[in-house]
Amino acid sequence: MDLTRLEINRRTALLTSAAIAANVINPMRAFAQETPRKGGVFNVHYGAEQRQLNPSIQASTGVYIIGGKIQENLVDLDANGQPVGVLAESWEGSPDGKTVTFKLRKGITWHDGKPFTSADVEFTAMNMWKKILNYGSTLQLFLTAVETPDAQTAIFKYERPMPLNLLLRALPDLGYVSAKHLYESGDIRQNPTNLAPVGTGPFKFVKYERGQYVIADRNENYWRPNAPYLDRIVWRVITDRSAAAAQMEAGELHYSPFSGLTLSDLARLSKDKRFVVSTKGNEGNARTNTLEFNFRRKELSDIRVRRAIAHAINVPFFIENFLGDFAKLGTGPIPSTSTDFYPGPNTPQYAYDKAKAAALLDEAGFKAARGGTRFSLRLLPAPWGEDISLWSTFIQQSLGEIGIPVEIVRNDGGGFLKQVYDEHAFDLATGWHQYRNDPAVSTTVWYRSGQPKGAPWTNQWGWQDKNVDKTIDDAATEIDPAKRKALYAQFVKEVNTELPVWMPIEQIFVTTITAKARNHSNTPRWGSTSWHDLWLSA
Amino acid sequence: MRILSLAGRRLAASIPTLILILIGVFLLLQFAPGDTVDAMMAQMGGGDVATAKELRKFYGLDLSIPAQLGNYLWRLVRLDLGFSSIYGKPVASVILERLPPTILLMTASLSFAFFFGLVFGVIAARGVNRWPDTLISTLGLIFYATPSFWFGLMAIVVFSVYLQWLPPGGFEDIGTVRTGIWRVLDIASHLVLPTLTLGLIFLAIYLRIMRASMLEVLNLDYVRTARAKGLDETRVVTRHVLRNALLPMVTLIGLQAGTMLGGSVVVESVFSLPGLGRLAYESVVQRDLNTLLGIVFVSALLVITVNFIVDLIYARLDPRITAEG
Repeated sequence: MDLTRLEINRRTALLTSAAIAANVINPMRAFAQETPRKGGVFNVHYGAEQRQLNPSIQASTGVYIIGGKIQENLVDLDANGQPVGVLAESWEGSPDGKTVTFKLRKGITWHDGKPFTSADVEFTAMNMWKKILNYGSTLQLFLTAVETPDAQTAIFKYERPMPLNLLLRALPDLGYVSAKHLYESGDIRQNPTNLAPVGTGPFKFVKYERGQYVIADRNENYWRPNAPYLDRIVWRVITDRSAAAAQMEAGELHYSPFSGLTLSDLARLSKDKRFVVSTKGNEGNARTNTLEFNFRRKELSDIRVRRAIAHAINVPFFIENFLGDFAKLGTGPIPSTSTDFYPGPNTPQYAYDKAKAAALLDEAGFKAARGGTRFSLRLLPAPWGEDISLWSTFIQQSLGEIGIPVEIVRNDGGGFLKQVYDEHAFDLATGWHQYRNDPAVSTTVWYRSGQPKGAPWTNQWGWQDKNVDKTIDDAATEIDPAKRKALYAQFVKEVNTELPVWMPIEQIFVTTITAKARNHSNTPRWGSTSWHDLWLSA
Repeated sequence: MRILSLAGRRLAASIPTLILILIGVFLLLQFAPGDTVDAMMAQMGGGDVATAKELRKFYGLDLSIPAQLGNYLWRLVRLDLGFSSIYGKPVASVILERLPPTILLMTASLSFAFFFGLVFGVIAARGVNRWPDTLISTLGLIFYATPSFWFGLMAIVVFSVYLQWLPPGGFEDIGTVRTGIWRVLDIASHLVLPTLTLGLIFLAIYLRIMRASMLEVLNLDYVRTARAKGLDETRVVTRHVLRNALLPMVTLIGLQAGTMLGGSVVVESVFSLPGLGRLAYESVVQRDLNTLLGIVFVSALLVITVNFIVDLIYARLDPRITAEG
């Protein structure tokens, strides 16, 4: 049964890769001469509704795709992935790294007409980023206060040195500001504003019909001159991926972000001149496919077994035949898209070598019994995407060949997190590690020991390494960028040697957008940004 | 008055069943690993343990399971369906928002299936084993065997993408504000494809039931008497056979009203309709117990109501059956 499935998927994937290869050079540049056109409605595919829309209290693409047009962050990333001011005009870090001063832009008002000031930044940082925002609470753990000497200055005070580069690379995602006057009283999580967001951004919230659509209209008082171009953005809730592809073709949708369509539909639409299908504009949303080991299983606590498992899986074959051009061979937890931290491919790697895998297992004392079985494992795949499901089947078949039968146990999202990161009821698990532009944001928690039980996407493997812990801690407070980079290179080397989690595949989300769109995909996290310069040609 | 007392008795008889169903669903969902906070963290892509603990307390998940169940039942007694953790508002209002599209879709496709099932069933029965029968039965089988998501997607590809006659999804047009009759027509045009998709599957069942029941009644003695009286065949069918042959069809409607509420998840997803089926599915994935139990409660009430109406129709169709029987 698994074999037939393998065949079908391989065929689809082959088609996919051929089609994408043809589309790699997309014709966006040719339009540079056109004059921007005002007006138009931009229809966006909204695949998974969230419980709320405020990016100050929830860091996820499902929130940014809407909230990121209505609310703005202090800084964002420019076309080259460098920090550029949005609500902040300039910034400065003190030599000891314990103080970061932001100068805020003047004359900005909230959508309800009240002025935007440093008090809003102070309130959001202390009450939302530090206390509620996922990853924000870790980033701002040592934030002690935000001083506001005047309405345009916010001074962040840290107990321990905060590398300025880390802060500036984290703030595009974790630095959305909310209005103090709307959140001051009552429970922030239950505030009705979360479902009818008020911001400073180019689009003003109009209406949210749960299960159907969200509408936002252009903000006439937006602070950037001549922006935005669009009159309106409509997010349509479409949970079925194939139906979303059909709606793209029917012209009801202009944009499907973050790999929202099926791999076969992406391949089909990439051949269609009406659409641009590309990974461009998603470089800031890189992720790696993982293979997580539970050290409570004595077999897996043996490093030779983990290495044998890595050697037994032919990753280049898997990528070529199943994921196509959307993915590439990964070399560890820091993906190659991260120009500031990528240590290069010369860290310990595990090339496909079945004989070596068998030898390692023999050496570890797990010789094949009669029938060829050494020991069996339970693999829990995360339900986040098609690729994980394919990857888990591929692992199952590869390990079967070296005498390790694998049972795949599927769960939905809540069930997966509970079983893996809280109950530790797994031998192997596989999912995504999201890289958020700096390893200290959401990467090192996968390896740092001492993570509380139940914290998802953290080191719950029952593994601890003093050297790795020290490297992680040193890097988190190192303010010299060159030294930090070196520390993270050392970190990658160490974790690739010990292999508590294996991250052998790199992926970037795929965007599907109408060929009529201009100024799209022009920054590394474009899907999440404010779209102030986006326009539609006639 | 008799009807009212009958309704009262029926409702009273259903209450134990309803409570058992609610307790069953509650316990069943306890077996699923993870709770609504886990589901929320899965959706957010992260979250720390302290926050999770705080949220569990907020949602009342830190209590023991019997205490949670007790709280729920006690709220239900006071007709309070509780608070939805995904929607952040009372479950009653969440369900109320989703009810109109669901009921519209359900009644439209049931009526479609019932009407055409009846017509084709009669035609097939009258031409039994000849070509109309073969054609209708084969088509029916094909509709029945086709998965609804495929049917829906193909309908979108043909009628929305290529022919561009009908909208590919949604409940109404968001671009322009319509009122009165124009809004009704707009919603109707959005419901054509989902109704057909959902209805065609049920059509096949109704068609076969109607055909079988017609064939059975056509062989009864009183039909022979009617024919002997010299009535023509059309009169025999419309005046004597149809009414009696309808009874199994009416039974089926009562049974399927329930399935249709749950069975439309696929159609609602494909056509992006904001219905109860999708809400139920989401509540399971998000472990939103209150919403799920609320939906079960409302669906059960709907099924009870429909079955009550079915009983009344029985009595109308066949006076030998009294509603109290």
